[in-house]
Amino acid sequence: MTALHAQPAAGVSAAPTSTLDLAGVSRWYGNVVAVNDVTMRLGPGVTGLLGPNGAGKTTLLHMMAGFLAPSRGAVTLDGEPTWRNPGVYRRLGLVSEREAVHTFLSAYEFVLASAKLHRLPDPEAATRRAIELVEMEDAQGRRIGTYSKGMRQRTRVAAALVHDPQVLLLDEPFNGMDPRQRLHMMGLLHSLGDAGRTILFSSHILEEVEQVSGTVQVMVAGRLAASGDYRTIRRLMTNRPHVFAVRSTDDRALAVALMAEPSVSGVELGRTGLTVKAGDYGAFTRALPRIALRHDIRVRQLLPEDESLESVFSYLVEA
Amino acid sequence: MSTVTWITARGLFGRARFLMLLPLPLVLIGLAVLCRSLGVDPGQWGPPVLVGLGLAVVLPVVALIVGTGVLGAEIDDGTVVHILTKPLPRWQIVLPKLAVAAGVSAVTVGVPLYVAGVLADSVRLGLALVAASAAGALAYSALFLALSLVTRRPVLLGLVYVLIWEGLLGRFVDGTKVLSIQQWVIALADRIAPTPLLGTTVSVPVAAVLTALVAVGFTLLAIDRLRSFSVAGETS
Repeated sequence: MTALHAQPAAGVSAAPTSTLDLAGVSRWYGNVVAVNDVTMRLGPGVTGLLGPNGAGKTTLLHMMAGFLAPSRGAVTLDGEPTWRNPGVYRRLGLVSEREAVHTFLSAYEFVLASAKLHRLPDPEAATRRAIELVEMEDAQGRRIGTYSKGMRQRTRVAAALVHDPQVLLLDEPFNGMDPRQRLHMMGLLHSLGDAGRTILFSSHILEEVEQVSGTVQVMVAGRLAASGDYRTIRRLMTNRPHVFAVRSTDDRALAVALMAEPSVSGVELGRTGLTVKAGDYGAFTRALPRIALRHDIRVRQLLPEDESLESVFSYLVEA
Repeated sequence: MSTVTWITARGLFGRARFLMLLPLPLVLIGLAVLCRSLGVDPGQWGPPVLVGLGLAVVLPVVALIVGTGVLGAEIDDGTVVHILTKPLPRWQIVLPKLAVAAGVSAVTVGVPLYVAGVLADSVRLGLALVAASAAGALAYSALFLALSLVTRRPVLLGLVYVLIWEGLLGRFVDGTKVLSIQQWVIALADRIAPTPLLGTTVSVPVAAVLTALVAVGFTLLAIDRLRSFSVAGETS
């Protein structure tokens, strides 16, 4: 990654910057609220849009890209609305999640068609530059139908970058890419961000966001749950209490013993066992067998309850 | 040729459904050649082949396949986003697509109708059928192109119009003929080459005006709908 940071991809040059603004944006479908009162401002640099599946990331991206009208609020690019305004696509590029490409064209033809539709002064040169950026030179003459998922994704990125947009929106861009392609794409997004472009990419995988972006917007159930520096949010997540379901031969005695353990922050005695909250995952899991042995209690079950991504996100909402 | 025209044409000819266009015109030519070679009286086979098959089935069905294909297929597979994320006024997308749809339909239907018209009567009838079916292809294409933007089932809705409205109601309820593209095409062809083989109750001025209105009206509707084109979110 460091090497990729140090060498911005060829063809990425400094350009005027753009700001994408969302003011109180909501979108509902009948009774279902997909995006709920989101306000954010995206400036130059790479921002990760993080959230579990179904959190409203794609809906939000579609509204940013002018493919969906907000039910309430406004989405503007440098003050201009993105909805019903094709002019914004001079400054905006979109790579949607759906793998939609004209499979009967070659990558070169596909990207060249984009360049021509943008009415670029030298579409051939722009096409070559975009294809170089995504390292698709070797396969550019082949039909897209013969490509792997990762190659198609890179072709779509090239088509979205051909007019050198100030703002690039990518929906789950790393899906289907192998590790090498991922690394290259991450490097490319970094270079674009460093060159002053406003880059927003969505992902439901924490580690992807960690590697690409310092700034994150976290969506949970349609709401903007957290916003800001990734490290701060990560710390919140690391410090969150872990919840375990424990069943033993003597739950009450075990509860008393566990309360004396520093890593345990709370114990609840229920009909089917104990619910234990532990501040330190490692310390608790090491201490439990020791405590049980000391009090001659046999532990029948130990289940971490909140390890799903959803629970991590919900913790963020509560934090 | 504009880039939109080029992509539309490549997409149309590159899909398997394009092959569906071929059998119907071949059947039309085959029947006309067969009747002629067997020496059947054109007064006997002309109306069922030229109108019953050519104008009532081949023209609308070909226009339906092509008209819903030029934009509807791209909406179905999501590739439409590629063209829509460009700073193009939406009429610059709709008009080339309409031109491809109407052009391909007019040629696919015009050639067999010309052959059948010549075999049934004269070169003049052949040319009249080509000209009238071209006008009909434009009206049908505008209608089906707009349908692919207002409904998720444009083919089904188009079939309902062609089969139920024009085919069934047109036969039994005379008033519905006024709003039937098929009847307008018959009126226009009969005006260019008057023949007892073609007959309709719709007057020529009504047919000409309504054909133009449908072509322009549905094109404007398609442009407006494309301006507000929404992509359904994953969470919807």
